[in-house]
Amino acid sequence: MALEVQTLESAVVRFAGDSGDGMQLTGSQFTNSTALSGNDLATFPDFPAEIRAPVGTTFGVSAFQINFGATSIKTVGDQPDVLVAMNPAALKVNLSNLRKGGMLVLDEGSFTTRNLQKAGYADNPAEGDTLDGYQVIKLDISKMTMEAVKEFGLGNKEALRCKNMWTLGLMLWMYTRKRQPVIDWLEKKFAKKPEIANANIAALNAGHAYGETSELSAHIHQYEVEPVHAEPGIYRTVTGSQALSWGIAAGGELSGLEIMFGSYPITPASPILHTLSGMKELGIVTFQAEDEIAAICAALGASYAGALGVTSSSGPGIALKTEALGLAISTELPLVVINSQRGGPSTGLPTKTEQSDLYQAIYGRNGDAPMPVVATRSPGDCFEVAIEACRLAVKYMTPVMLLTDGFIANAAEPWKLPDLDAIEPFPASQAKTPEGDEAFNPFLRDEETLARNWGVPGVKGTEHRIGGIEKSYDTGHISYDPANHQKMTDTRFAKIDGIAGDIPDQVVDQGEDSGTLAVVGWGSTYGPIEEAVKRARADGLSVSHIHLRYLNPFPKNLENLLGGFDKILVPEMNNGQLKTVLRDKFLLDAKPFTQVSGLPFKIGDLLSAIRAEIAS
Amino acid sequence: MNEMTTPQEKLTIKDFTSDQEVRWCPGCGDYAILKCMQRTLPELGATRENTVFVSGIGCSSRFPYYMDTYGFHTIHGRAPAIATGVKLAKPELDVWVITGDGDGLSIGGNHLVHAIRRDVDLNILLFNNQIYGLTKGQYSPTSVVGTKTPSTPQGSVDPTLNPIAFALGSGARFVARTVDTAQKHMPDVFKRAHAFKGASFVEILQNCIVYNDAIWEEITNKKTAPDHQLLLEHGTPMIFGAERNKGIIFNTKSFALEVVTIGENSVTEGDILVHDETSLQMARMLGDLGEKPGEPAPMGVIYASEADHSYVDAVRGQMDSEKGKRTLKDIIRGGQTWVVE
Ligand SMILES: Cc1ncc(C[n+]2csc(CCOP(=O)(O)OP(=O)(O)O)c2C)c(N)n1
Ligand code: SF4
Ligand SMILES: [Mg+2]
Repeated sequence: MALEVQTLESAVVRFAGDSGDGMQLTGSQFTNSTALSGNDLATFPDFPAEIRAPVGTTFGVSAFQINFGATSIKTVGDQPDVLVAMNPAALKVNLSNLRKGGMLVLDEGSFTTRNLQKAGYADNPAEGDTLDGYQVIKLDISKMTMEAVKEFGLGNKEALRCKNMWTLGLMLWMYTRKRQPVIDWLEKKFAKKPEIANANIAALNAGHAYGETSELSAHIHQYEVEPVHAEPGIYRTVTGSQALSWGIAAGGELSGLEIMFGSYPITPASPILHTLSGMKELGIVTFQAEDEIAAICAALGASYAGALGVTSSSGPGIALKTEALGLAISTELPLVVINSQRGGPSTGLPTKTEQSDLYQAIYGRNGDAPMPVVATRSPGDCFEVAIEACRLAVKYMTPVMLLTDGFIANAAEPWKLPDLDAIEPFPASQAKTPEGDEAFNPFLRDEETLARNWGVPGVKGTEHRIGGIEKSYDTGHISYDPANHQKMTDTRFAKIDGIAGDIPDQVVDQGEDSGTLAVVGWGSTYGPIEEAVKRARADGLSVSHIHLRYLNPFPKNLENLLGGFDKILVPEMNNGQLKTVLRDKFLLDAKPFTQVSGLPFKIGDLLSAIRAEIAS
Repeated sequence: MNEMTTPQEKLTIKDFTSDQEVRWCPGCGDYAILKCMQRTLPELGATRENTVFVSGIGCSSRFPYYMDTYGFHTIHGRAPAIATGVKLAKPELDVWVITGDGDGLSIGGNHLVHAIRRDVDLNILLFNNQIYGLTKGQYSPTSVVGTKTPSTPQGSVDPTLNPIAFALGSGARFVARTVDTAQKHMPDVFKRAHAFKGASFVEILQNCIVYNDAIWEEITNKKTAPDHQLLLEHGTPMIFGAERNKGIIFNTKSFALEVVTIGENSVTEGDILVHDETSLQMARMLGDLGEKPGEPAPMGVIYASEADHSYVDAVRGQMDSEKGKRTLKDIIRGGQTWVVE
């Protein structure tokens, strides 16, 4: 007799296996089915740095975590409720994080002496008492998969590859998700190899049937997670890289400028290069340059010629772009620079996340070289922020730094499709042929924005020369005059500072606009902070959450807003950078709470920090 | 890109001369190159609005300020990359890159390799004075071994980089050489470079009167020039010398070019190699010619072989062929969606 279906508010499932086991695919397909079931969700693909690490080793373990629920989901979840471990190494790496009493699904078939050895287990953990306290389901998934796909005549290796679909089938059963979207996807993906498609589908169905018919159903619950009450509209899942690329494309359309995207591959920024390269039909020029310097230079050259140059990289590449950024600031050309931050310094942790390039963004150039800095807080938020970066670049004739990170780049969440027609356009203005024989001055400024006159090649009468040498405020010609350099430096700052008057006032994301403690964050820490503050407030603590999109300049009201709190806590996945910037700008006693493990914050840790700060 | 737009009025040297005071040292070879360019552009039918000069950093890279066209004085070594962006954004522009031996071959060597390799339709002029002029006379990648400078007081020891071989090695399809004093020769080279569809690389031997004076003396001095330069002309035998009795042959045994004297060792004019600017093999050998004593430096168009497609057209073509197939809305709505009521 099957147990009744239990309804859950939310669940965290983590799929872990060898990099060759297809855990990312399994996870993203489970995500897709979950999204189509109407749940809110957040995902965290956690893959190894090595492309093909030796099979079976702990450093070759690839994992995908999803948190989904019937209520708003803001984080990927501190601890999985279910861990699927496809081999001993996956168990070894991930077990410590599984919730006590949580469920463990093991592929017994892969717990061979050799694999146990490779994972560094002296004894088989599936047999001793190591797993006491967990709800363990040991299955020979390898064997059952082989049986399920026998009729398709695949080789041993190819047949075993279907293991992940068998597992997915079982998990879809367990959480009452639909199988059809996965079947559709398999048929499309393997359209040219029907036997592979069919074998995978058979494995998927077999896994599902196993759940339904085996004695498993006698002692394992099936779960249901109801759809979330979301705003009406059409939804899809989106990763940060997708939303960001689409936002850039929208920025081009809204400004009326062609996008010229120059980039050089680097983890975790490459997906933006890939996505935009696949969007040529929108009239986006993409250029894989010889290095990051050439990438930004080509983008800047395009801006000089009248397009909107965009370049994207991660910390090490942004470092290489620094000199050209100075040129963009000095020549006052529009440019969007995207930094998908990863762990650093140097090559650091390419596949891990961090937000440690804030100093680099705000201060990291030679000379007094100010530029606007904006940051995204979640995958869906990337769309709006990318558009805003384009708007500021074009309106103020300046490079803009857009900070996102490895976590946001790869994570997915449900996203309500925006109404593109409802977004206010911001048409770029370029100089026309002057009337009469008035000399064209490329540094004539708009009185309100202080943006300079954008003259572009191809237009008669606006021929001019610009470069990185200081220019005369009055004529735009080279000038070594000391007073002029002071004036131009002041003007460049005034222009960027003036943006504060053109961006929305800072809002309080959660809580009152004054009180005991303000938790101030930026970037991908949004979800964990939001959740931690929610729990603290439920405990009756006087805490508010303020999350910044604009990091330079800050919104006009921010100083006053923060002044309304007795204490300020700044959690960051770096060694305390925003904390320093806030102290610098406002002489505030902002306290840091930092973590540079390459992983997102845990709600529990943040909650403790909030309690400690209030008690102190 | 070199299709000519017919200018409304006939432009002159004055139209291409900006109002900025030229700031090179008196006697610098750069003046002559500037004048030659200002003089040649009207003859090319170039317009001011469609002409862009992009440069890096160095004495030579000040060039754009003095041209009354569009000009972008950028950062050290990066001009080829910036010019690539200009050209990708607006293919109809006529883009000239001005660089030096330090700018183009040292700090910017990588960008030069790739602009040439991609065959971006740029006219690249490398002013070779075998020295870092702007930073006051340090040796450069093209300095001859033993050059004494503030950074090499005992003489430089680094082997010399040959710009022509560098360009050919990068896959250049147009390679030429001229010299600052050659006011007749230089315009012709500019015209050829301009007419060429693809990356045209021109080495201009340039005198830095302050830090490396007279390095090209043998080539520029009227007395010695005939014996030290080989004026190339496609389809004609490679004969040179004050008495026009020296020539170049291909020695099949040493597999190299060799200087011979017509009339000696039964060499006749018929034995002399005829210049074929479409031959890559010949170009490679000519690129090396002049390195050994007694060999003349080839001047003029060493190699010209247009590709049958243009890089920029190919890049933009991929875009144009897809244009309109999907809108941003289509892309965003692609994939699986669901409705919340
Ligand atoms: C990043 C950077 N490094 C160094 C310099 C200093 N610098 C300016 S020009 C130059 C060398 C220029 O030599 P070359 O390209 O031969 O030009 P020339 O002055 O001889 O015409 C150097 C080292 C600089 N401007 N920028
Ligand atoms: S230093 Fe040499 S190259 Fe520079 S301007 Fe003077 S003479 Fe010309
Ligand atoms: Mg030089």
